[in-house]
Amino acid sequence: MDDFSFSRRNMLGALGAGLLLPETALAAPRPRIGGRIRVASLSSSTADTLDPAKGALSTDYVRHYMFYNGLTQLDRNLVPRPALAERIESKDQQNWHVRLRRGVTFHDGATLSAKDVAWSLQRHKDPATGSKMATIAEQFAEVKATGPLDLTIRLTGPNADLPTILAQSHFLILRAGTKDFHSANGTGPYRCAQFRPGVRTLAQRNPNYWRNGRPYLEEIELIGIPDEVSRVNALLSGDVHLIIAVNPRSTKRIRASRRHALLESKSGLYTNLIMRQDGAPTNNPHFVAAMKYLLDRPLIKRALYRDYATIANDHPIPPFHPYYRADLPQTSLDLDKAKWHLQRAGLRGVRLPVYASPAADGSVDMASIMQEYGSRVGLNLAVNRVPGDGYWSTHWMKHPLTFGNTNPRPTADLIFSLFYKSDADWNESGWKNPQFDRLLVEARGEADQARRKQLYGEMQGLVHDRCGVAIPVFISLIDGYDRRLKGLQSMSTGGLMGYQFAENVWWEG
Amino acid sequence: MAGASSSSGAKAAFSLIGKRLASSLLTLFLVSLVVFAIAQLLPGDAAQEALGQSATAEQVAALRHEMGLDRPAHERYANWLTGMVSGDPGQSLVANLPVSEVISSRLPNSLLLAALSALVAVPVALLIGIASAMNRGGKLDRALNISTLSMVAVPEFLVATLAVLIFSVKLRWLPSIAMVSDDMSWGDYLRGAAMPILCLSIVVIAQMARMTRAAVIDQMDRPYVEMAVLKGVAPVRVVLRHIMPNAVAPIVNAMALSLSYLLGGAIIVETIFNYPGLASLMVNAVTSRDMPLLQACAMIFCAAYLILMLIADVTAILANPRLRAQ
Repeated sequence: MDDFSFSRRNMLGALGAGLLLPETALAAPRPRIGGRIRVASLSSSTADTLDPAKGALSTDYVRHYMFYNGLTQLDRNLVPRPALAERIESKDQQNWHVRLRRGVTFHDGATLSAKDVAWSLQRHKDPATGSKMATIAEQFAEVKATGPLDLTIRLTGPNADLPTILAQSHFLILRAGTKDFHSANGTGPYRCAQFRPGVRTLAQRNPNYWRNGRPYLEEIELIGIPDEVSRVNALLSGDVHLIIAVNPRSTKRIRASRRHALLESKSGLYTNLIMRQDGAPTNNPHFVAAMKYLLDRPLIKRALYRDYATIANDHPIPPFHPYYRADLPQTSLDLDKAKWHLQRAGLRGVRLPVYASPAADGSVDMASIMQEYGSRVGLNLAVNRVPGDGYWSTHWMKHPLTFGNTNPRPTADLIFSLFYKSDADWNESGWKNPQFDRLLVEARGEADQARRKQLYGEMQGLVHDRCGVAIPVFISLIDGYDRRLKGLQSMSTGGLMGYQFAENVWWEG
Repeated sequence: MAGASSSSGAKAAFSLIGKRLASSLLTLFLVSLVVFAIAQLLPGDAAQEALGQSATAEQVAALRHEMGLDRPAHERYANWLTGMVSGDPGQSLVANLPVSEVISSRLPNSLLLAALSALVAVPVALLIGIASAMNRGGKLDRALNISTLSMVAVPEFLVATLAVLIFSVKLRWLPSIAMVSDDMSWGDYLRGAAMPILCLSIVVIAQMARMTRAAVIDQMDRPYVEMAVLKGVAPVRVVLRHIMPNAVAPIVNAMALSLSYLLGGAIIVETIFNYPGLASLMVNAVTSRDMPLLQACAMIFCAAYLILMLIADVTAILANPRLRAQ
């Protein structure tokens, strides 16, 4: 992890190897061109979009990575690698210079220029765009094309993570002035042959793709099958060749098939218990500590997720992350300590409602487990199971005890800024820690990796000790695939290879 | 004599159709009012649902303004109603397309599935119903009774899931999902839609067959049937020529109810087979709080139901000489 920084030197070195596959995979039989596959993702509705800024669900991300490219692309170690940018560099982490790859063309034949990039990045700041990344794009103080292939990005403050942020699907590059999203005009590995919201997306190989030899597949048909059992059935019956989001309970069925296999991606996805810090009794530090001791993490991992999970330590950085702090003591189930803390909080025998919902994956079962252990230490948790529909707008963070569910974010800065900073909109527990906020800003502008890791480590300690969230496990993402599909690898940023399988897989059938 | 009665029958039917159409419009209006009111009670609105968990207050306010959700509810309803009266169901809030365009891509799929299911279900149901009525108390009647009763009792998600496990996963005869695309052939379509049709048919066959049996048996005990039998008319002829014209009203009534179910009640089958029909579109509209789309779907289902009921009533009048004369 020494060369985690995105300096000019290792940037140049990475030029040739701008692929997601590690060297070992390249020694395997050469990928062949051709083949059609059908891929089923989680959901598909009239809200499907070809506008990367509006992408909301896995189906959207997959679709966008098929048709568009970003300036950068994350590799399996979450290190940003060049994509449309040949170089992206900065001395002060605030003023960035981007040099674009030469000779990249859009599907309509136009050549990619710095103007397209500047337009694509700036549109996120326009409220009319409705961008999901509007708050993050606020830090783009100025994006200016300085030449046909050169542009400068001036940020409102230093941020060493810019190359990682730009790899997100929302920041994929469009042709300047694009308004019509009935079809896609990108630089990506596939062209859009058909897009029917809620029905299907048909992608055909782009023979002029700038990455030599890629992509391999002739055609990809992307559909959504919201019902998990139907999705697994479709895979097992051979109607689709790749599916996302397999329930741990269905893994047995797929393992039993000789024609199919599972791909587990360890991820930073978690479901957490939120204890609001703006009112009694949940703001009592003893209560918070007691709840953390009440979590039977191995049981949750085993019973809820059939071991497709990683035990977490009440902070949002998963063990495989480069900034993970390994020396924090692991909180585990301890009824005596929980009882002692409850007594100190004066909450024995009190009845507390906790809101759980299918919208926050696994929360209903987690709440039941906590209720069971709580009854042994004199805590009376009343589990209110509420429907998933409308959960986020009506219940999440609105009661003293609720559950949240947070998707993996590509950088530690994003997850901390979005969910733990004192003034963040989704500061779930509503905790206020000035020291944490200071560390966050300092780490963001810090270019030295060792120092950064130390700063993020301190922040993990603060969240672990004081924040009103309890994170029992990180949930693994499980995909199912037909064994004739080759080249799939796990990516911690999301299922289906971080939604980017399309340009990496090939078919041997 | 016959000519006079049929012309007065036609007159009665026309005046009934006219009255029914007027009351149907009133019903549609009331239904739209109720659907709109209930949808207002749902937590969250289209802007919040579209932005999801990650929405900030400013984003929601901006999107609300863009969607026109910041106007008072009665104003939005009046706006929708005037649009609907002039034939424009408005713009889908989520898909950013005219509602008519969104629906026109799904309605044919639903109609086709319903029509094919009806084509399978109606003859089979009639056959089962008549056969078991004619064998009342016999072995065949009992066998058919048990099977139709168990068909009514087994929920369709179980039928559908079992069918997928057997025909798709184990035997690999039929696809587990019903793909529909513009460029597919009829053969492909029928292969994909075979299991959805099967599952939908099973549910409605049972109901229709039982109603048919009851209606036919009801007539069998009448004196005129006894007379016909005593005169030596063949049993099949008794049923087809003498009983059916009198039993047709309740049978058509039952069928109209079942067929309206094929259109709107297909949601479970659409979900399991991922069939792009109107029912799942409506569920989409509810979860995304897309009011114009939801209203339009509700109007279509309601209108279909009213039309089917109208057909049933007109058939009953035309089939019954006493009603015809009134």
